[in-house]
Amino acid sequence: MKTLNLNATWNSIKRSIYKFSRNKISVVGFFMVLFIVIVAIFAPYLAPYPKHAGAFVDYDNASKPPSLAYPFGTDAIGRDILSRVMFAFRGALIMGLGVIAMIVPIGVLVGLIAGYYRGSWIDTVIMRITDIFITLPALLLALAVAALLRPTLFNSMMAVAFAWWPAYARIAYSMASSVQNEVFVRAAEISGASKTHIIFKEILPNCLVPIFTKMPLDIGWVILVGATLSFVGLGEQPPTPALGTMVSDGAKYLPHQWWVSVFPALAIVFIILAFNLLGDGIKDMLTTEEV
Amino acid sequence: MSLLSYLVRRLALAIVVLIGLSILLFLIARVLPGDPARIALGPRAPEYAIENLRKQMNLDKPLYTQYYLWISNLLKGDLGLSLLSRRPVQEDIREYFPATFEEVLLAAIILSIAGIGLGVLAAKYTNTWLDGIVRIFAYLGIVTPAFIWAIILLLIFGYWVPIFPIQGRISPDILLPPRITGMLTLDSLLTGNWVAFWDALKHLILPSLALAMAPMAQAARIMRSSICSDLGADHVSAMTAYGVPQNRILTKYLSRLSLIPTISIMSLDIVALFASAFVVELVFNFPGLSRYGMHAILNKDLNAISGVLLIFGALFTLITIFIDLIVAYLDPRIRLQRRGM
Repeated sequence: MKTLNLNATWNSIKRSIYKFSRNKISVVGFFMVLFIVIVAIFAPYLAPYPKHAGAFVDYDNASKPPSLAYPFGTDAIGRDILSRVMFAFRGALIMGLGVIAMIVPIGVLVGLIAGYYRGSWIDTVIMRITDIFITLPALLLALAVAALLRPTLFNSMMAVAFAWWPAYARIAYSMASSVQNEVFVRAAEISGASKTHIIFKEILPNCLVPIFTKMPLDIGWVILVGATLSFVGLGEQPPTPALGTMVSDGAKYLPHQWWVSVFPALAIVFIILAFNLLGDGIKDMLTTEEV
Repeated sequence: MSLLSYLVRRLALAIVVLIGLSILLFLIARVLPGDPARIALGPRAPEYAIENLRKQMNLDKPLYTQYYLWISNLLKGDLGLSLLSRRPVQEDIREYFPATFEEVLLAAIILSIAGIGLGVLAAKYTNTWLDGIVRIFAYLGIVTPAFIWAIILLLIFGYWVPIFPIQGRISPDILLPPRITGMLTLDSLLTGNWVAFWDALKHLILPSLALAMAPMAQAARIMRSSICSDLGADHVSAMTAYGVPQNRILTKYLSRLSLIPTISIMSLDIVALFASAFVVELVFNFPGLSRYGMHAILNKDLNAISGVLLIFGALFTLITIFIDLIVAYLDPRIRLQRRGM
């Protein structure tokens, strides 16, 4: 019985992978994300000048345009921009993955509770609170919170998480409230199952598809908001490289030293594009699976 | 009648949400930064001056009394003094809002015309090179943050091909039109000052374009996919069978249907325009309310932060309700459903 079940799961995974791999664009997205992850992890070994990711000064090579030695050029104090971009991938990934890891459990839990108690005061209170949070776009709320905390990568992650959790609460709520009246939930209640069992074992499994669909896409959008925060100076502080900070520093030297901000800007677009393509692929894979 | 009762219910809910938002913003501004009086006076101020200011700002009273004082002043139209400008926040908002409003208005016009146009174009030439270009543009447009669009446009149209001014609202040598609405383009039109109008418009184009790019790409994508999914519908085959020209089906019948999903995300888009303006106005040094809000955020100007965000929150709520009403009016299914209720 058990092996049969495992076989069925394996088959459905194989089918999903096949479906995913037939969509060329999402495969491209997958390899772009893989590339970003590898570069971020092995930045100290892959970067041509690992020392340039910190407080390093080389005035002889300051503001050099892109060349073979410095493919993305150098900044105003002679640091290799390619090396700094490679190290900055780390902060961007930590931002995206960290925020999602923080908000998905919280948001989903809150949404499940509200959905299970649909129509009661618990539902009203929780959902009105999420209404309040989504009145302002996540970017504005995150900017305000980040500004009042000390500017660090972790605090900017907290600020984005503070603004973003209601999105998951609302998805979990809409799924949970649609199944909370189903026969299997009633059956579990009648047979005396605990509330935690009902919420986590009966309702939660039915909410997973839209949550997993949203997560990879949101990693990209969280990185976008994080880059915007660091663009205005509310993220990782120098000398640690952050893509947004590099773009805004380089903007001072436009138009002559365009490479200082253009390459980090392209790197931001590359990361968000990668997660978007991957996320769209996963979305197609999971949603067609449902039909 | 039912649309009216729907509106009343939405407005009542909006008031509840806005009261909640005022509490949230109050808590963010009072709890997070530690001591607002210390921030106002700076690190070197003597202890007694801080003590005095704490009394003056009512910081020595419990939180709920502080909130009560803040909200009752707010209802009288008093948002407190701004640390940066040393003026009442409501006066600053009145001065800076029109600039952001005309910028976002132009962005919304660009985004609706170009977004819908590109979407229809891509749908008409589905799976040709034109469609391919529009789709690639749409993908890149969506994933590029507004501040990067701002830098790209600044570089191309500000420096390399300098056809647009790169900062401010109007050139310094131009005589300002008298302030009627505060929107420079409208004021100069009303007074017939064409030179000022043209100059103000030129200053608006790059910031508005930077704001509009991402939502425009999104609108084009939704419009295209919505039309394409309708192309195979029975009523389209029927129209083709009756000999309705293909262009007419596309522009008259299908576009109107596909406008509904496009417009219903438009309210999110317009709200996002104001939010992106916080960074874009910084890049172009455009003196609007969003730049004012950004400066307030970067300088921990607490009264200005909560004032600007609350005003924006109220504005966004109204925009969302307004666009929902338009969608309800356009979409007979929603209209009839509500009548049945």
